[in-house]
Amino acid sequence: MLNNSAKLLKTPFTHLKDISNLLMHQASGPARASKPVSGVTFTPEPASGGKKFRMQTRNLTVRYGTTIGVEDVTLPIYDKEVLALIGPSGCGKTTYLRALNRMHDLTRIASVTGEVLLDGTDIYGNDINPVNIRRRIGMVFQKPTPFPTMSIYDNVVAGLKLVGIRKKSLLDEVCERALKQAALFEEVKDRLRSPGAGLSGGQQQRLSIARALAVDPEVMLMDEPTSSLDPQSTNRIEELIHTLKEQVTIVIVTHNMQQAARLSDRTAFFYVGHLIETGTTNDIFTKPKETRTEEYISGRFG
Amino acid sequence: MSTDKDTRKNIRKLLRNPSAIYRRPGDLLFTFLVVTLGISIILLTLSMAFVLYGEGSAALREFGFFGFVRGTTWDPAVQLVFGAWPFLLGTVTTSVMALLISILPAIAVAIFTAEYAPRWLANIIDNLIQLIAAVPSVVIGIWGIFVLAPWLRDTVYLPVFMWAESSYPQLLPILGNPMGYGMTTATIVLALMIVPYTTALTKDAIRSVPQEQREACRALGATRWEVIRMAILPYARGGILAGAILSLGRAIGETMAVAMLIGNKNTLPFTIFGAGATMPSVIVNEFREAVESLHLSSLMAIGFTLFIIALIVNLFAAYLTRKFSIKGGQVI
Ligand SMILES: Nc1ncnc2c1ncn2[C@@H]1O[C@H](COP(=O)(O)OP(=O)(O)OP(=O)(O)O)[C@@H](O)[C@H]1O
Ligand SMILES: [Mg+2]
Repeated sequence: MLNNSAKLLKTPFTHLKDISNLLMHQASGPARASKPVSGVTFTPEPASGGKKFRMQTRNLTVRYGTTIGVEDVTLPIYDKEVLALIGPSGCGKTTYLRALNRMHDLTRIASVTGEVLLDGTDIYGNDINPVNIRRRIGMVFQKPTPFPTMSIYDNVVAGLKLVGIRKKSLLDEVCERALKQAALFEEVKDRLRSPGAGLSGGQQQRLSIARALAVDPEVMLMDEPTSSLDPQSTNRIEELIHTLKEQVTIVIVTHNMQQAARLSDRTAFFYVGHLIETGTTNDIFTKPKETRTEEYISGRFG
Repeated sequence: MSTDKDTRKNIRKLLRNPSAIYRRPGDLLFTFLVVTLGISIILLTLSMAFVLYGEGSAALREFGFFGFVRGTTWDPAVQLVFGAWPFLLGTVTTSVMALLISILPAIAVAIFTAEYAPRWLANIIDNLIQLIAAVPSVVIGIWGIFVLAPWLRDTVYLPVFMWAESSYPQLLPILGNPMGYGMTTATIVLALMIVPYTTALTKDAIRSVPQEQREACRALGATRWEVIRMAILPYARGGILAGAILSLGRAIGETMAVAMLIGNKNTLPFTIFGAGATMPSVIVNEFREAVESLHLSSLMAIGFTLFIIALIVNLFAAYLTRKFSIKGGQVI
């Protein structure tokens, strides 16, 4: 799939009416590179259907010491879409996701090569402060991670307090908005001052999501956000993702095929550190090109 | 085939009757060893307390427990009256002050080595600090006598004393005799000596903060310092507090270096620079010269009181650990 894509490199995606056709081939990289700034930069341009790149990884390789986490992944992420990352355990989904907001900076042995572009700028560029990147790209982890000594309220506004916002009326407003977005407000509105760790697992996960939403991220990375939740909490989070994508670009890792199918616009299938296939979710699930994709989706391995 | 069947039958039998598993000799021996050793440690501690109480009971009976603890006169020569209050005061003042002096630097070093420093530098610092803990108390005492005490006298105590003499003579009785051996010198040496403990325990507490907490905080756009302030210190506070209290226990029991540097004065009032005494220091100083049985008994009674204080401090540390511990994200 990667090798047959050379000719598609030049496909200008402005004139592609058929998104699925386009998406099938974007592993080859961005169309229309322009304005090189600190390495490579390209202007996000409206594609057909008004879609434009929000992020883009190019030849991204992450190593843990000498072990390869993911290798040579070139994958665009479109504005306000839900991109699902699927693949068997250990194939590099988490590794890829964490490269998108420079979380690998915190792992001593991890090294990242290649490019991760956010609105055309390489976030691994020399003059880029990862702290600013992470303020724009929110993350939700597999396990709920409320700060156990903080109240629900303080958990939600933690990110705002970090940037120095102290005005109570503003914090109150954002707290309520974020909790409502995360479908948690009704359950906790009477005990905002009680500890965040006193919530159930599903509520804690929605609290983590509210905390990430409170700072208004442009991109939201979610690593199996519902894997430890009951069906009802899962439902609420899926609904949340559904409404959220009107404002936010979402990349979600999931082991649940139905979830990927229900939620995502596009799907990327990883296998032992490589991006095997990517396309519209519809295409990946109904007519995958690669046999490994088909086998995985139909449950024959993984 | 039939043996296989037999084996399975046997296993099933064993599993249905779980106590059989524990009756196997290896388990029995191990259980016996563990229980015996555990009990003997408890017995050893209790017998220590018992002996101290027994030997000290003459003094405790003579003055009454509270009379003894609150008594301000310690006169083994003429009146044969023994009160432990000066030593209790000396112990509490020096060790609490030592803790207060050492806690912030210790936390800073622990944070630096656990969160900031590259591994090689952290290792060097760790080893240097642990080296302090490995130096025998008496060697630190000698260093104190020959280096620290004269230096403190010349660069701190005397200038302050002189300044007070000319500007605020009313301060002089509080400052006391600036000879170099005294409460402040002992406190500073104690602070130095407990830094390794406070640092190590604080570092343990910081290390026990789950990586997910750090990452969650980082993912919100926190800088390193903000992660420490928002995620690490609140999470580790119980461990840090307990570590501080355990270090306090160390300071309370520290004997040789203190006895060598505190100046050994048995009568109140103790002054800032002037000589004083602590419970361990008076025991080590007078034990060999105690001819009167009441004197000896009083020293033992001080030992018993010290034992009780150590017990309370340790129980308090355990309580703090429980109260502030965070397990599985839940504040208990
Ligand atoms: N911190 C690490 N140190 C060393 N190797 C790692 C580390 N994290 C991940 N790896 C390795 O990188 C590869 C990809 O791991 P990753 O966690 O990205 O997989 P994943 O697709 O998220 O799997 P799962 O579905 O089980 O979460 C694996 O082979 C894994 O062993
Ligand atoms: Mg993973």
